Amino acid sequence: MVEGAVPRFWREIPQRYNLIANKCLECGKIFFPPRESCPDCRRKSIGKLKEYKLSGNGIIETYTIIYDAPEKFEGQTPYPVAIIKLDEGPKLTAQIVDCDINKIKIGMKVKSTFRKIRDDGYVGAIYYGYKFKPVEGSI
Amino acid sequence: MRDVAVIGVGITKFGELWNKSFRQLIAEAGAQAIFDSGISGSEIDALYVGSMSAGRFIGQEHVGALVADCSGFSHIHIPSTRVESACASGGVAFRQGYFSVASGMNDVVVIGGVEKMTDVVGSEATDILATGLDQEWEAFFGVTFPGIYAMIATKHMHDFGTTREQIAQVAVKNHANGALNPFAQYKKEMKLESILKAPMVAYPLGLLDCSPVSDGASALVLCAADKAKNYTDKIVKIIGTGQASDTLPLHGRTDICTFKSTVYASKRAYEQAKIKPDDIDVAEVHDCFTIAEILAIEDLGFVKKGQGGKAIDEKITTLDGKIPINPSGGLKAKGHPVGATGVAQISEIVLQLRGEAEKRQVKDAKIGLTHNVGAGGASCVVNILEAM
Repeated sequence: MVEGAVPRFWREIPQRYNLIANKCLECGKIFFPPRESCPDCRRKSIGKLKEYKLSGNGIIETYTIIYDAPEKFEGQTPYPVAIIKLDEGPKLTAQIVDCDINKIKIGMKVKSTFRKIRDDGYVGAIYYGYKFKPVEGSI
Repeated sequence: MRDVAVIGVGITKFGELWNKSFRQLIAEAGAQAIFDSGISGSEIDALYVGSMSAGRFIGQEHVGALVADCSGFSHIHIPSTRVESACASGGVAFRQGYFSVASGMNDVVVIGGVEKMTDVVGSEATDILATGLDQEWEAFFGVTFPGIYAMIATKHMHDFGTTREQIAQVAVKNHANGALNPFAQYKKEMKLESILKAPMVAYPLGLLDCSPVSDGASALVLCAADKAKNYTDKIVKIIGTGQASDTLPLHGRTDICTFKSTVYASKRAYEQAKIKPDDIDVAEVHDCFTIAEILAIEDLGFVKKGQGGKAIDEKITTLDGKIPINPSGGLKAKGHPVGATGVAQISEIVLQLRGEAEKRQVKDAKIGLTHNVGAGGASCVVNILEAM
C-alpha cells in the first residue's frame, strides 16, 4: 500500500480531491488520471493535453463488496468498491458510500463525494479523495 | 530463429513449506530439471529466474545472482537474470530463455520460477500480491486483488447469465484433478456446497474461489532442438509463444470481461504454431480465481465469449472432456507460488506430452498450451508445446 513520504500523495491532490482530468485537443478524448500523451494521437498530442474538470457523475459498470480487506481498511468492512464510468468517458475505481450495500446494481447512477479514504495511524498522514454515492432516486 | 526444445523438468511439492527456504526450493527444482535432462552443469550457458516479489516476501533482491550461487554455479560465472511480471514472472522468464536459445546466442539454458510466500503473515501476503495492481488508482481506494476478479465475476454474471454455481464448479473440478497430483498443495476433493458456503472474501467470491498462498519452485532445461538428441529422447518442442500487455488498472479497459492480453498473446502463439484453438489437446490456464478460468477458456478461443460458465456444466474441461483444463489441479488446488507458476505450468504440460502424468494423464495428448497471467490481466504469456 501507499506508505511513508507525503509527496507521493500530495502531488495527486488535484485528481483525488477535484477529479482533474486532461483532454487531448487533437481528438477530444478525456483521460483520468491525466496522461502525458494521448495513446491514439501519440506524438501529435504532445503539448496539446489541457486540464479538464470532470463533473463527478457516472454509472456503476461493475462492483464487489470487500469482506477481507487490507489492514488499513479493516475497520471499514464490508465495503463496496465499483468501477464507475463517468459521463465524460473515463472510468475509475472507487468505494460506494451512503447506501444499503444490498441495493447496489450495475447501471446505477452515482455522483462523486469528497471523503477520508484512510490514514497512516495516529501520527501519519490522513488521505482524502473521492468516493461515490447513489444519485437520489436511483435506488 | 531456430527451434527450441524442453529437455528437462523439475518441480518441488507446492504448499506451506515452513522448513524450506527460497534458496532450497529453487536449488531442488533446478537439480531435478538438470538430472531429468541429462546435461551436465558445465554445459549451461545462462539462467533465467521468475520471481514476483522476493524483495517483499523474504526481503531479498538480486535474485539472479542468488539463484546461480545457491544452485552451485557461482564458480562458472554464468549470466543469471531475474525477470518480473507479477504472477506472469515465470512465463516471461521462460520466454527470455527461449529467445536466447532461438537466437543462437545460447545452446542450453535453465529456467527457474520460485516464490516463498509463507515467511510473511497472510494479510502481508495479500498486500504484496496487490502490488501487481495499480497502486495509485486501484489499491489506494481499498480494492484488493480478489476484489478485482470479483468485479469481473459480477459483470460476467450480469452480462452472460453465468451462475454462482458454475463459477464454483471450476474449483470442484480443479480440486478433483489436484487430488491426483502428488505435487499439489491440496490433494483433496471439494464439494460444491463447501465452495459456496466458504467465508466471503469479495462478493461474489468466497475463500475457496481463491488460489492459496504457497511456497514452491519449478525449473526447466531448454536446448536447441537440433542438439536435444545428444542428451535425451524425451523431447518436447516449443512451437509457439506469445506475450501481450494491457492497461494496468482493470477500469482502463473497454470490456471488463475480456483479457485482451490473453487474446493477443494466444493469437501470436497460435500464428507461430500454425494451429487453431481446436488443435490443443490439453491446457494449463491461470485460475488464480475460479472466474479467471472461465475468462481464460473464452479468451483462448476454446469456447465463445460468455459461454465459459456453460462449458463447465457441459464438462468439456474435465480430465476426459473435449479440452481438459488444468489437469494438475491448476493454481486453485496445485497451489500458486506466484513466480513459480508460469514455469510449473510448462512442467505439467511437458509431463503430459511425454505421457508421464500418471493418474492425471490426459489421453493421447500431443499438443499442449500454457496460459500465465500477470495480476489483473495487464500482462499475459501463452506457450504452445508439442511432443516430438
